[in-house]
Amino acid sequence: MSKLPDAEKLCTQLARELKARVTPASAMVGIHTGGAWVAERLHAALGIKEPLGLLDPAFYRDDYAKQGLARDPKRSKIPFAVEGRDLLLVDDVLYTGRTVRAAMNELFDYGRPASIVLVVLAERDGRQLPVCAQLAGAKVEVAAGMRLRLRRDGAGRLSLELERAG
Amino acid sequence: MKLLVKGGRVVDPASGRDAVGDVFIADGKIAAAPGTPDRTLDAKGLVVAPGLVDLAARLREPGYEHKATLESEMDAAVAGGVTSLACPPDTDPPLDEPGLVDMLRRRAKALSRARVYPVGALTVKLAGRQLTEMAELAEAGCAAFSQGNAAVEDTQVLWRALQYAATFGLPVWLRPEDAWLARGGVAHDGEVATRLGLAGIPAFAETIALAAIFELVRATGARVHLCRISSAAGVALLRRAKHDGLPITCDVGIHHVHLSDMDLGYFDAQCRLEPPLRSQRDREALAAGLADGTIDCAVSDHAPVDEDAKHLPFAEAEPGATGLELLLPLTLKWGMERKLTLAQTLARISSAPARILGAASGRLEPGAPGDLVLFDPQASWRVTPEALKSQGKNSPFLGMELAGRVRATVVAGQVVYEA
Amino acid sequence: MPGNPQLDANGELQHLLSIEGLPRELILKILDTAESFAGVTERDIKKVPLLRGKSVFNLFFEGSTRTRTTFEIAAKRLSADVINLNVAVSSTAKGESLLDTVANLSAMQADIFVVRHGSSGAAHLVARHVKPHEHVINAGDGRHAHPTQGLLDLYTIRHYKKDFSGLTVAIVGDVLHSRVARSLIHGLTTLGAPEVRVIGPQTLIPAGAAALGVRVFHSMREGLRGADVVVMLRLQNERMTGALLPSAQEFNKHYGLTAEKLALAKPDAIVMHPGPMNRGVEIDSAVADGPRSVILPQVTFGIAVRMAVMSMVAGGG
Repeated sequence: MSKLPDAEKLCTQLARELKARVTPASAMVGIHTGGAWVAERLHAALGIKEPLGLLDPAFYRDDYAKQGLARDPKRSKIPFAVEGRDLLLVDDVLYTGRTVRAAMNELFDYGRPASIVLVVLAERDGRQLPVCAQLAGAKVEVAAGMRLRLRRDGAGRLSLELERAG
Repeated sequence: MKLLVKGGRVVDPASGRDAVGDVFIADGKIAAAPGTPDRTLDAKGLVVAPGLVDLAARLREPGYEHKATLESEMDAAVAGGVTSLACPPDTDPPLDEPGLVDMLRRRAKALSRARVYPVGALTVKLAGRQLTEMAELAEAGCAAFSQGNAAVEDTQVLWRALQYAATFGLPVWLRPEDAWLARGGVAHDGEVATRLGLAGIPAFAETIALAAIFELVRATGARVHLCRISSAAGVALLRRAKHDGLPITCDVGIHHVHLSDMDLGYFDAQCRLEPPLRSQRDREALAAGLADGTIDCAVSDHAPVDEDAKHLPFAEAEPGATGLELLLPLTLKWGMERKLTLAQTLARISSAPARILGAASGRLEPGAPGDLVLFDPQASWRVTPEALKSQGKNSPFLGMELAGRVRATVVAGQVVYEA
Repeated sequence: MPGNPQLDANGELQHLLSIEGLPRELILKILDTAESFAGVTERDIKKVPLLRGKSVFNLFFEGSTRTRTTFEIAAKRLSADVINLNVAVSSTAKGESLLDTVANLSAMQADIFVVRHGSSGAAHLVARHVKPHEHVINAGDGRHAHPTQGLLDLYTIRHYKKDFSGLTVAIVGDVLHSRVARSLIHGLTTLGAPEVRVIGPQTLIPAGAAALGVRVFHSMREGLRGADVVVMLRLQNERMTGALLPSAQEFNKHYGLTAEKLALAKPDAIVMHPGPMNRGVEIDSAVADGPRSVILPQVTFGIAVRMAVMSMVAGGG
């Protein structure tokens, strides 16, 4: 069994690599739920001035007709102006790319950003759309039928886990 | 024609006889001794009973031919084993003129199925204001007089109508319901109507009307038969009135013995009936009252309603259920639940209603009319539109299985229906 | 009795016909989903593309500009196309039956029917006859139910009071004819509000009220004592002509909400009203416009709730 990377270490690594990109005008948005956890870490570590934005793109997903509304959609909150902003969009796992597509569509309904940089903790093969992360913590091999998930324990420790899909 | 009905379980509620045997009919009457038959019906494995007598079956003619015709409903009657039926006066025009009554009787007779006893209108146009020529109507063949489901709001008119009917010894059949208290109501005024937001008819609309009718009977001496009792309180009043010696009879719609307002479910318009289906407690009291004789007989209250008139919101849907072909199986079901004998069960739809009608049928003794029903009490069938001969396919029992299948019906010695 | 017509084989909401019959978890899910939609209205672009390409038909057989407008706004915020059926000039006035009207619209590729009708059970009847991919939302049927109003009332109460488990809720006025009251009562009892009271004269409280799980009060002063939530129902003029009430003045004296009577409720009690209000009849202006009134927020919440309901019925295979 191949070992999964340490999520905490990946966060630290990403924060280090992002330092160069962050400006006083930068703003960060995390995608619920796992992306929000990672974003909280990065936002604090990088000392970003603008408050953290959180997105649940439940209403922009492309599988509504088949799956209906997602369980327990959370409220999106973007406490800064998106117009003209350099955004750091943070998610936990990049797989098909559909969640990111939905998140970007939602972001554009808030305003027109100057740029979006996608930061993910881990990525795996299986892109179904032309989406790529400018910054990825690690590439993980995931067998068919399995899903890569980020978990947070009671003490707030993050860890990557594999579980059966579907 | 001489008819021999051979080897069936002969049940005669009037005499209490219940044994395997033969029935011989000659000249349209039950014969004392057998002779040489022109035709033999093999009744092995079947019950042979007097043809059913239904005191309320709407034939929808004249006036409502889009709902049903005399032909289709007479076919339904004999398919249901009904050999005598009384039809209410609420046709269009209502049966308030001798000519209409005469025509209906002749049309029915020409069809040679069940015997039809028209019930004449008590007031002109059933409007509850002016008396009809009851004596004339009686001569034309009316067995009794009623208002159908219409009310006589004016109690003074009701009083005069009973006095007049009593003058000629004519029976009056009344539905006990206070018109004002029932106004606008479509369901029993209880928990279900409250939940469903339906305007209710309280049970005391019935008891108040019963109390008024009892007083008028005492005052006029009229022969009154009460139609479609619906409440436990009503049954209690009837029991006391009979105990006090008041010469009244009454019936219950067979649906009300099986169903309650719980069966409305999600606004099932098939359960929109007049009077409304009341609570479980009321239903139980009706079933018990029919068993102990407080309620003399059960009727189908047959009312064919076209599909469009039922496919409406509950309060707008037309009330009524098809009943001629369900009277037998539903009565058998009731009898089994009350643990009655077959003779006791069948009495409620043969000898008892015949007595109220003043007809000689409903019994299997020599000299009685040769009206029989042969049925298999075990055979079950599914209530579907195709299975019903009536044009009224409106039933709360649609899709359900019932036990009790008519195999043959005989009227005046003629086999008018064979399955 | 057939199964719950509102839920599909997976227990998901396919029609919203009444709050009665909805499992507790489903009601909470609707409220939670409405919560997430509330954020949409605070943005510049107050739209999400969820129902893009879907057609919502507003079938209002009873006049109501307010309710119809909120459904229209909610549908448009979900990017749906909205068609309003003006009953007065439609073929229904020419005698076309309710089901025929629905069948004709169905032939025009409808996805959601929002139905308001004067007869109890109308929405259930429509739901029994629509195609599998069509969804029915009851916008009020006779006296029976007004589930979206009930849900937005529950949402409002949760917003201000957080928890239902200790609440005393008083519903005042014409309960007999009120679909709003029936829906709210079912919602409150399902969510576990321990004390639900109805207050009104005997003529306006239905016979089976106690069976709904409420305590009946004919004295408003007693009924309001210690209440956390006071819901005032609209009194319609017809009640004066139907031998149910003698006059609006006498009703106001004994059952109208004044500041003085409100003082009998808890100091932090909220005042609600489904609207439109008859100022001076069931509620005094001072109270309607006062600090405890949440009547206007109810309207805002109503849009989020209706967005939630529409997106929940229309989604999924």
